[in-house]
Amino acid sequence: MTDDYNFAYLDEETKRMIRRAILKGVAIPGYQVPFASREMPMPYGWGTGGVQVTAACLTPEDRLKVIDQGADDTTNAVSIRKFFHRTAGVDTTEATAEATIIQTRHRIPETPLAEGQILVFQVPIPEPLRFLEPRETETRKMHELEEYGLMHVKLYEDIARHGRIATAYAYPVLVEDRYVMDPSPIPKFDNPKLDDNPAILLFGAGREQRIYALPPYTKVVSLDFEDHPFEPSKADHDCDLCGASDTYLDEVITDDRGGRMFVCSDTDHCRTRRAAGHAGRLGAVA
Amino acid sequence: MTPLLSVRDIEKRYGARIGCTGVSFDLFPGEVMGIVGESGSGKSTLLSCLAGHMAPDAGQVIFATRDRGPVDTVTMSEPARRMLARTDWAFVHQNPRDGLRMGVSAGGNVGERLMAVGGRHYGTIRETATDWLARVEIAADRIDDRPSQFSGGMQQRLQIARNLVTGPRLVFMDEPTGGLDVSVQARLLDLLRGLVRRLGLSAIVVTHDLAVVRLLADRLMVMKGGRVVETGLTDQVLDDPQHGYTQLLVSSVLQV
Repeated sequence: MTDDYNFAYLDEETKRMIRRAILKGVAIPGYQVPFASREMPMPYGWGTGGVQVTAACLTPEDRLKVIDQGADDTTNAVSIRKFFHRTAGVDTTEATAEATIIQTRHRIPETPLAEGQILVFQVPIPEPLRFLEPRETETRKMHELEEYGLMHVKLYEDIARHGRIATAYAYPVLVEDRYVMDPSPIPKFDNPKLDDNPAILLFGAGREQRIYALPPYTKVVSLDFEDHPFEPSKADHDCDLCGASDTYLDEVITDDRGGRMFVCSDTDHCRTRRAAGHAGRLGAVA
Repeated sequence: MTPLLSVRDIEKRYGARIGCTGVSFDLFPGEVMGIVGESGSGKSTLLSCLAGHMAPDAGQVIFATRDRGPVDTVTMSEPARRMLARTDWAFVHQNPRDGLRMGVSAGGNVGERLMAVGGRHYGTIRETATDWLARVEIAADRIDDRPSQFSGGMQQRLQIARNLVTGPRLVFMDEPTGGLDVSVQARLLDLLRGLVRRLGLSAIVVTHDLAVVRLLADRLMVMKGGRVVETGLTDQVLDDPQHGYTQLLVSSVLQV
């Protein structure tokens, strides 16, 4: 850690402002709290919202894990992890169970979270109604008055066009029977993990200047129709490296003759399983 | 018989200018009221005040709700008013683009109100939408097309289906035939007249087209400068106009 930075990059006043927004978000699950998002030393869309929320939550004793689409070793994850290692001097880890704060881009780890952990999501567009109703004044009014019929119009359009609900990520949820919320672009495979989760789930949207939250053990229901119920979906394969059949998979093209493999998107989970002796179609036991 | 809608001394000002003032009338169930007048006579302002799109500066708009009886919609809470607007009221805009979601299929447009009042069964919603499209003479195989692929007349008919799907009791129409050519206008009027009579709807129709009110309206209100200058049965007002302005209006219609 270099002493030129205040702890976790942001100044204390800013962190206090963000913490107030987080507390308000936790008090009203699913409600989008506006906050004065700061310029961060990275472009919008790279997780400026998530980074600010993480910075406001970090203490020197924390152990931080950062994942991007489930992986610990992609550019975004590596650079954010290094950023906090340098500006806050906190320990980092790749093991989900060891981390106290996990910043994530578009995945929830496969390893179940526990009480005391904080999961921070990076959110590009916090407003679930945005693509149907472009006016912010109107969407706020709709949240205020619980007028959520429009959200089902989107799902109706999916079924009318594709024969089923084709929304595969950023699948809208209803929080505690009150607010409709965009769970950030996580695959809908991860939606059931939002419900009754023992960890604190925080969502930060830097460009849109919104923070929202799910406190531990919050009721989260994915929206659906009675005759077209919600179904979490994944590729119909087992992981080729660790053999897991219950994880979310990435499809990797391996050559230009149609060769492909399916691997766990959660690299930590996959590695842990292989270390424990599991092996898939292509993976040797590590 | 209690009136469905009682309007008492509605006034709306834009600064020092009068939008409309001193308008009072009763609308009974099953009755169609026409409001005519030239541009700027305050008829659209009046309609906006009645439909809750605009808050009047003074006056009462008392609507006979299904569950609570007569309620003043001006002072009622906004959620309750918006609920009325999705269930018991309908609003047909002059420009269908204002009343439709152009990026959503015809079926989705018709189904939106059903979903807004808690419809959560896809099959039922789709069935109802198909039924309503047929009632407004839109072929069933167009259900998944977007309104932008429809002609102007079809868009207007779609807007009507979308509004009537929840079985409203009161329909507000703002120049429903504006911008359509005469043969399409005639078909639309025919359709509207059939729907209004068959469903026993009450309606308030704002227009500057006297032919529209002649066909649709039971009673007529003539407005000028924000005030009502003459009221009466439609045929009576059009055939024997008393006020100078009404006489001018009636005599201005071109005879082919």
